[in-house]
Amino acid sequence: MSPHSTAAARLEVERIRRDFPILQSRVRGKPLVYLDNAATSQKPQVVIDALVYYYCTQNANVHRGVYYLSEAATRAYEGGRETVRRFLNAASTREIIFVRGATEGINLVAHGYGRRHLRAGDEIIITAMEHHSNIVPWQLLCEATGAKLRVIPINGDGEWIWEEAVKLFNPKTKFVAAVHISNSLGTINPIARLIRLAHEWQVPVLVDGAQAVPHQPVDVAALDCDFYTFSGHKAFGPTGIGVLYGKETLLEKMAPYQAGGDMIKSVTFAKTTYNDLPYRFEAGTPNIAGVVGLAKALEYLRNVGYDKIAAHEQELLDYATAALATLKPLRIIGTARTKASVVSFVLDGIHPHDVGTILDRDGIAIRTGHHCTQPVMEFFNVPATSRASFAFYNTTREIDALVEGLHKVIKIMAA
Amino acid sequence: MDELRELYQQVILDHNKNPRNFGELANASHHAEGYNPLCGDRIHLFLRVADNIIQDIRFTGQGCAISKASASIMTSLVKGKSTTQAQELFDKFLQLITSDPTQPVEVSGLDRLVVFAGVREFPLRVKCASLAWHTLKSALSESGAVVTTE
Repeated sequence: MSPHSTAAARLEVERIRRDFPILQSRVRGKPLVYLDNAATSQKPQVVIDALVYYYCTQNANVHRGVYYLSEAATRAYEGGRETVRRFLNAASTREIIFVRGATEGINLVAHGYGRRHLRAGDEIIITAMEHHSNIVPWQLLCEATGAKLRVIPINGDGEWIWEEAVKLFNPKTKFVAAVHISNSLGTINPIARLIRLAHEWQVPVLVDGAQAVPHQPVDVAALDCDFYTFSGHKAFGPTGIGVLYGKETLLEKMAPYQAGGDMIKSVTFAKTTYNDLPYRFEAGTPNIAGVVGLAKALEYLRNVGYDKIAAHEQELLDYATAALATLKPLRIIGTARTKASVVSFVLDGIHPHDVGTILDRDGIAIRTGHHCTQPVMEFFNVPATSRASFAFYNTTREIDALVEGLHKVIKIMAA
Repeated sequence: MDELRELYQQVILDHNKNPRNFGELANASHHAEGYNPLCGDRIHLFLRVADNIIQDIRFTGQGCAISKASASIMTSLVKGKSTTQAQELFDKFLQLITSDPTQPVEVSGLDRLVVFAGVREFPLRVKCASLAWHTLKSALSESGAVVTTE
């Protein structure tokens, strides 16, 4: 127990675990040890119940029907938008756009903002620790416009090299897209500092917050970011739903991304008038149940409390880092000063996939592979890593199980 | 644990640590690259084929124990065989690793490949075991394209 934590402020992890039905399950005859939260998180019963309740009592299409159910569904959907607005501290619900996930949020901005505002010779700055989904949309944009990609390099600890970042900015810089917390290294980036730097050059910034929202509060007003996107499923909500926040002034300047459904105000064969924000960017029937579930997940997160979550996760990270250090052939990839609860590692002479398979037989789920950050793997000169990523419902006992499992891996592979 | 022992048999672990026919082949007549995007495993296969016989074969690359052992054992087995025989062996091997794990293993003609029977219990690892073989097929067809397991 950390000397600073008081009994009252501590997260009661055993009670929290009972909120998540899947955590009570057994896998291959062993209690599930789920340590792949950076890929997707588990869902609390309240979120599952919200989905069931919505489908049992409110299901109808939104914004169209003049009958009771449509009104109920619309209220649930728009209520969810208000929940997200408050969660992110956005100025208006006009700035909250529902998308399928962070990936779609990024694509929407690359397409809607990028194609309209970038020209040949312009430069887009990203960073060397981006997820593929925050690299490829910008590469496509570069192909379409003739703009160029510039990449902020990282050091051996997995941190941005700030002096190099500063040097990349110039009058040709027209957009910045950067990750808040790295999924493969755990690095918590100085995103506010990057946003301030970009704004000195009058350059808008998109933040990929997929790994941040599950771990720490995000205040888009305080950050002053221009766009912020995250996925519901990594934040204890359902799959297939995510959020794009955008400053109203920028969203107003964007071209529609997909066409049809709620994005339209009126259509004649001569001319189509697009709908107002945020509907302009929500083509087709939206994921209403997803929004209901996401809103419930965000409320749940708030109720648990980010202060307790952060304290517990820091304890898990410190515990895991120390415990893994006792394994001699193990090397941790990503040793930034400020880290979220992600530990990526390689075992000397043992491929991560063999690690993953052997741990799985003990019911331990970790991620093995390149984590969709191949440039990061290339930088550290490893084909892949094993990654244990924690949520607030994980325990030190589960980390003990991981370490014990790794002992078994070493024993089997050394045979 | 038994299933793990079955997957990581001594022979496989030995080939993983000491892969046979590892390295480039200077006077190769055929070459192909194999790639498993799931795990980033990569293999380069070099062959010298004359009169339809695989005179020599070597490989380089990186991968998990299963994919490395598979490449190592494959190269040992197909060396000196005709390309047709190699293809037949591949078909039998694929049948083995994708067969129903509750049924007895059909061993005829499989030779040392029987050690991969344990892969049947691990469907996610079939791609690791077959990467080298898909690459061999590509090298022999001289398509030149990078083979992926996707």
